[in-house]
Amino acid sequence: MPSRPMIGYAQVTKSFGPTNAVDDVSLDIAEGEFVAIVGGSGSGKTTLLRLANRLIEADGGTITVEGDDVRSLDPVALRRRIGYVFQSGGLFPHLSVADNIGITPKLLGIPAADIAARVDELLELVQLDRVAHRDRLPDALSGGQRQRVGVARALAAKPRIVLMDEPFGALDPLTRDVLGDDFRELHRRLGLTTVMITHDMTEAILLADRIAVMRGGKLLAQGTPAELSRSSDAYVLELLRTPRRQVERLNALLPQSGAA
Amino acid sequence: MSLFTDPRWGEALAHLPDYLGNHVRVSLAALALGLILSLPLAIITRNRPAPRAILLALASIVQTVPGLALLALFYPLLLLAASLTLAWFGVSFSAFGFLPAMLALALYSMLPVLRNGITGLNGIDPALIEAAKGVGMTARQSLVMVELPLALPVMMAGIRTAAVWVIGTATLSTPIGQTSLGNYIFAGLQTQNWVFVLFGCFASALLALAVDQLLALVENGLRRRSRVRSVFGVAGILALVAATLVPTMGRSSSGYAVGAKTFAEQYVLSALLRDRLQAAGLSTTARSGLGSSVIFEALKAGDIDLYVDYSGTLWANQLHRTDIKPRAELLAELQATLAKDNITLLGELGFENAYALVMPKKRAEALGIRTIADLAAHASTLSIAGDYEFFSRPEWAALQKAYGLTFRAQRQMQPDFMYAAVASGEVDVIAGYTSDGLIAKYDLVALDDPRHAIPPYDAILLLAPKRAGDERLQAALKPLLGKIDIATMREANLRAAGNDANSSPDAVAKWLWGKVGKP
Repeated sequence: MPSRPMIGYAQVTKSFGPTNAVDDVSLDIAEGEFVAIVGGSGSGKTTLLRLANRLIEADGGTITVEGDDVRSLDPVALRRRIGYVFQSGGLFPHLSVADNIGITPKLLGIPAADIAARVDELLELVQLDRVAHRDRLPDALSGGQRQRVGVARALAAKPRIVLMDEPFGALDPLTRDVLGDDFRELHRRLGLTTVMITHDMTEAILLADRIAVMRGGKLLAQGTPAELSRSSDAYVLELLRTPRRQVERLNALLPQSGAA
Repeated sequence: MSLFTDPRWGEALAHLPDYLGNHVRVSLAALALGLILSLPLAIITRNRPAPRAILLALASIVQTVPGLALLALFYPLLLLAASLTLAWFGVSFSAFGFLPAMLALALYSMLPVLRNGITGLNGIDPALIEAAKGVGMTARQSLVMVELPLALPVMMAGIRTAAVWVIGTATLSTPIGQTSLGNYIFAGLQTQNWVFVLFGCFASALLALAVDQLLALVENGLRRRSRVRSVFGVAGILALVAATLVPTMGRSSSGYAVGAKTFAEQYVLSALLRDRLQAAGLSTTARSGLGSSVIFEALKAGDIDLYVDYSGTLWANQLHRTDIKPRAELLAELQATLAKDNITLLGELGFENAYALVMPKKRAEALGIRTIADLAAHASTLSIAGDYEFFSRPEWAALQKAYGLTFRAQRQMQPDFMYAAVASGEVDVIAGYTSDGLIAKYDLVALDDPRHAIPPYDAILLLAPKRAGDERLQAALKPLLGKIDIATMREANLRAAGNDANSSPDAVAKWLWGKVGKP
């Protein structure tokens, strides 16, 4: 028996004026899966993500979260049970790291002492120093640290689903790599279902179980990296060519590891 | 006498609890009302461009109305409202003093609060508002927890600007009957008491700075989420209000309120009236610096109990008469008309303070001018100055009509500066006042009015309707009636025009009583 998807899109459409941002998209995301949505700017990937927690309302089709049609759910309650990591953090500049992380539990009315304990737990989880970082304002953090806080905030209310909007896009490559690996590990340990937007196919291949490719509002292809490589779509193949070329060039330019 | 040892500083200081207290109360009440109106409007219209534009345009229009005019406008507006509520619901309220001042100042405070509020709220990064939604905030939570805190510095800057504006503009609320630090400035300007003027300016500037700094403390506390700072700031403002309440509470407000218009003679006569009442064991309060049309309405409504007006002024302004009658007939008719409103015309003080066309004696002799009729022949080459109301008064129209007067130029001036201006040749003729001591001081002459274009201006004592049967009051005032002749009043006014301690209205009133009080 196929288990019901954590997030299900069925023939979903959304247009802004004359533009079809999302055009008849159907996509199921299973429990525990890490799915990357890949596409260029204007491909509709961000709209698709935001439809899931009703930051944007769909025009047509059905979206389900844990089996419930999102239209039947209170949008505020829905957002509180889904973690969301914003591009370049989206941290509130007037709130300390601890207050940023604890915001959703606070909105849920969880007692302050429990929130404080949860914040400490999360700081440890995202590998930030409890003493050094807890009471700082976001401006006093590096880009990587800010994004770790963003991840901690998304996880604070113990969501089963995490949505990530180009979470590592603005970071330097080294930080990005480390953060990506660390999050992948969190995803596994906590048994999360994760949907991540990226324009970077390499990142998608390295982190995700499955990749969905968007272009002009349409879902062009979906599948594991291996499945995608057998796609007949020219755009999908073009997207996959870039990481391949990079690997070949890196292999040619760098001495093999251990050959020092 | 040194500026610092001048006893008038002490006199000014004695008024401080009353003036400052009233100033603080009306300013902070206006600011609070302004905030209560503006902040929700800023929040509601932040995402609605059309209403926002209309609102800002309206607030800007209000701001372009000069403060004095805005305050003056609210007085007749409230008078009308009060008469309507009386007619419809049988309740009336005082359109005098606190209410019009507070409403006008509240309106005045709205522009900076609105503009900064809207700017602050619109300047927030949309990604943060999206993030607030994304972490599960309702629209209200987003406003309270994210948008307002982020807009706070800009909003507070607007609130602080409004506070400084309101405290400064509140000094202009004196003429509509609201006691304020402006009482120092108005009285000081009228009686050439520069100590009072300076004192009033410094006091209001210091008050504005103090409130601004307390608001800065509140802002700082809110921004750093330091409860201590915010509490200190708010406590400071509350302490300021409380401190102004204490001295006023001990004071009885049931005394006789003696009104005075905005010129030196009125300040002196008000002081004289108060001295007489106090000598008779009655308590008094001074309501000085009232606008010429405000003061009569205030008497009629019972906001003040008594004051001195001039027969010709009431004849023209209240009875709207343009014909001119002999002195006694005019008084009798005036008395009968005022009685219909239950206003008591107790009697004349004995002198007239009429408008008169005044020029230097030497100049008049050189040109062969003795009367206004003589003047008419030269008028087209001469310039004339009058006070702020003269050229719009019926007397001026009557003069022009009776003598065919057309001057080369006409200017408006602060009454106290007119005499010096005509003496120095700055202007050729002024519309002065017959009781003014400066006529003698500058060797000027008041030209005769053979065609009686200017009505008689007997100084008359008026009592409010509620004092109509007040025997004790009337007994205390009777000794003044008919006692003050023009020469004595001129000398008193000349003394009041001096710039030293003996020229305070109180000192001059005592001198005047010394002259006329002998049995």
